[in-house]
Amino acid sequence: MRSKRLQLNGWTVISLVVLVYFIFFFIYPITRILISSVWNSTTRSFNFSKFVDFFSNKFYTNTIFNSLRVCVVVTILTTIFGSLLAYITRTVSIRFRNIVNILLMISVVSPPFLGAYAWIILLGRAGIITKVINNLLGINYGGIYGFNGIVLVFTIKLIPLIYLYVSGALKNIDNSLLEASESLGSNKLKRIIQIVLPLILPTILASSILVFMRVLADFGTPMLIGEGYRTLPVLIYNSFISDLATDEPLAATISVVVILITAIIFLTQRWISNRKMIEMSALHPLEPKKAKGAKNVLAHAYVYIITALAILPIIIVFINSFMKSKGVVFAGEFTFNNYLQSFKSMGDSIINTLFYSLIAIAMVIVIGVVIAYTSVRRKSKLTSVLDLISMFPYIIPGAVLGIALLLAFNKKPLALSGTFIIIVIAYVIRRLPYTIRSSAAILKQIDLSVEEASMSLGANRFKTFFSVTTPMMFSGVMSGAIMSWLSIITELSASILLYSYATKTLTISIYLKIQIGDYGQASALSSILMLTSIVTLLLFFKLSGRREIDL
Amino acid sequence: MSVSIKIEHAIKRFGKKTIIPDLSLEIKKGEFFTLLGPSGCGKTTLLRMIAGFNTIEGGDFYFDDLRINNIPAFKRNIGMVFQNYAVFPHMTVEGNVGYGLKQRKIKNPEYDELVDQVLQDVHIEELKDRYPAQMSGGQQQRVALARAIVIQPNVLLMDEPLSNLDAKLRVEMRLAIKRIQKQKGITAIYVTHDQEEALAMSDRIAIMNFGVIQQVGTPIEVYSHPSNYFVATFIGHSNTFNGWIKIEKGKKYLELDAGHKIEINDLIDSVENEQTIKMVVRPNEIEFSDEGIKGIIFEKIFLGAEIRYTVKLESGQLIEIHKEIKDKMYEAGDEIFFGFDPSLANVFDAKTEKSLMARNESK
Repeated sequence: MRSKRLQLNGWTVISLVVLVYFIFFFIYPITRILISSVWNSTTRSFNFSKFVDFFSNKFYTNTIFNSLRVCVVVTILTTIFGSLLAYITRTVSIRFRNIVNILLMISVVSPPFLGAYAWIILLGRAGIITKVINNLLGINYGGIYGFNGIVLVFTIKLIPLIYLYVSGALKNIDNSLLEASESLGSNKLKRIIQIVLPLILPTILASSILVFMRVLADFGTPMLIGEGYRTLPVLIYNSFISDLATDEPLAATISVVVILITAIIFLTQRWISNRKMIEMSALHPLEPKKAKGAKNVLAHAYVYIITALAILPIIIVFINSFMKSKGVVFAGEFTFNNYLQSFKSMGDSIINTLFYSLIAIAMVIVIGVVIAYTSVRRKSKLTSVLDLISMFPYIIPGAVLGIALLLAFNKKPLALSGTFIIIVIAYVIRRLPYTIRSSAAILKQIDLSVEEASMSLGANRFKTFFSVTTPMMFSGVMSGAIMSWLSIITELSASILLYSYATKTLTISIYLKIQIGDYGQASALSSILMLTSIVTLLLFFKLSGRREIDL
Repeated sequence: MSVSIKIEHAIKRFGKKTIIPDLSLEIKKGEFFTLLGPSGCGKTTLLRMIAGFNTIEGGDFYFDDLRINNIPAFKRNIGMVFQNYAVFPHMTVEGNVGYGLKQRKIKNPEYDELVDQVLQDVHIEELKDRYPAQMSGGQQQRVALARAIVIQPNVLLMDEPLSNLDAKLRVEMRLAIKRIQKQKGITAIYVTHDQEEALAMSDRIAIMNFGVIQQVGTPIEVYSHPSNYFVATFIGHSNTFNGWIKIEKGKKYLELDAGHKIEINDLIDSVENEQTIKMVVRPNEIEFSDEGIKGIIFEKIFLGAEIRYTVKLESGQLIEIHKEIKDKMYEAGDEIFFGFDPSLANVFDAKTEKSLMARNESK
């Protein structure tokens, strides 16, 4: 495009500032952790002995195997159930489809760890359903913990995610493609296999890889319901926050292993989406048709059951928040006590959550839009580097980022650990890639000639950016920002490593309550968080007039 | 105010690929000048170099005597109309039209007067408070035009502005643009691949191909006296006959592959005996006759005022002949003979494709 040479103008300066930010708060901490995994500080030399130790110890290799086993099983299950759900709701007319859709979206934006303890309330050792089963059958079922529990929670939590992506892809298939196929003599099954499936396959693959990454990086669920079943993020956390001593090189080594796995998966996903993605937009989208008889009943049953399961944890937690309980045992009466108690004990959690998340989201928007703009419109070597670096956080799980930041900034002159700054930095880095991607996509939709028109009328680049580009990007960026905000207020895996007593956020308070077994107060706090998310989501639909969300 | 434009030895490269190798051009003040050519010929690239949206790899661009190579687009005082209109979707018509005035810090009452006047000029005064999403393509086009001319630009640049409109509206907008351009006396550069549009609107046309200007002239000049084979076939409908030159007793003849020999007078003196040529004849310049080139009516298309015949020659070559409806009609399968007035034909060297006509020698 334009001159490739580095010109010293406003954009270059801003890009450089952002680059410095990245180098300082992301590249430096991550590089440090990578190096400390191969650096032996006593012999002052590089070696791979930590890796050799790691891979020759059954304890650790089992953990890797555990993580991968959970990821693979959950990914397969969610992909099948989620895709089927999307296909049914797009082709069969389902009563209350809009409500189903909204409930599934609420499930997607609800806090990730919520499912784990909701299912403990239901199916744990003292769970409601467990007791019923044990009393009825006279058996001694110990509750759903370990592998089964983790898989159950993740599968139910992530089916809606696959559903949203695949449903979006199905919406873009033009019905005339299917009609054309039918006119050429192919039956319904063939149409699905030969036309529908190939067209949505890239989306299915991309979204199942997303599920894989989420499961791999998730800390809360295996920590709560896994009990003895260790996964990688739990191992990182334990090796770092163990009672004995902080094993920094071990944490570093595990982090490197995790990053390697996520990097491979991320690159696979990029490869698939670059090669196989088909851009479509349907003039005549698929129309859900009324089904008859058994097919209709089955379709409705399937959709309603999945939706009910997805929304169940939220309802359970909400009900539980009003129940008087001792630990997880229901004491038989309803009360507001949980709310009153938790308000007393949670400190500044709510204010902290609001304050940190708003600062973070403001930074994410500003930095995200600037990087998107410079990498799309003002291409240079510098902006390409920036664009590339800003994508790295995709592959860094929250726990790894948490440890990296902690190790890098725990000593003077940069003792940031324990301050809110370090939490905000983690939020910003984790969400930035999403905002940059979506802003860049919005920008690519805006025809360059609109900006050129502004310049031809005498507005310089800065004026054009503020009076034409920014207003046109506004609504798209804001809707992405709201989704980012929802995921920031429910963030746990990085902040759990970075908080101090004064900087506790709502999610951390909830986690701590669950840890000490106070499910009543945990539910009360979770309900506050959930209601915030749901109200935000519904407000977003109301204000934007949209019925779908970008993730 | 309007300027004259001078381009000397312009070069444009994208990476290693050269789009415009060496181009020079002069456009007079107040002229409606069109860059015409097939897609990929470099016409839009050249326009965007004048606008300041493309870098200039070599040569000099002048507005009057001012060299503009290093002046950024927003300081060149140009009015530009884009193919997709590029109206600002988040601003009303008034906001769009007033945008350039605000950049120039023009305040009321002058601002209001200028906006109202230009909206009147392009006949959209009633749309002043509307947003682009509520307007048709034609209306958006008028907003784009108003926005470009209200700032009294040095030059009005238009990049295929009518190509997204339907046929009827296109003809209507042609007249509107031309009328306003003449009324305001603005120098205008117009890019199009539509030769009919170019002929109808322009004072002068530059026909481009492969980044090189093939011919510059008035619409009549480029249509009647094309300087090379490309121009002859690009502008208007045309039939090509291959053949060679025969010089006998000081007289020049053309012998056509189609089996016909005609005397032709106005060839340049340097033509040689047996030199291979291409001759271009317009479909409406061909007459049915009792003798001449033999063919069979292959297809007949009725277009209202005109009938288009496709005639198959004995060689298999297809020739187009256009006739008015009042002329004698033929049916498919009829065997016919035709000829043409050699003074209307254009003859080109088969290899260099340059015109061999004496009347073009001076050009």
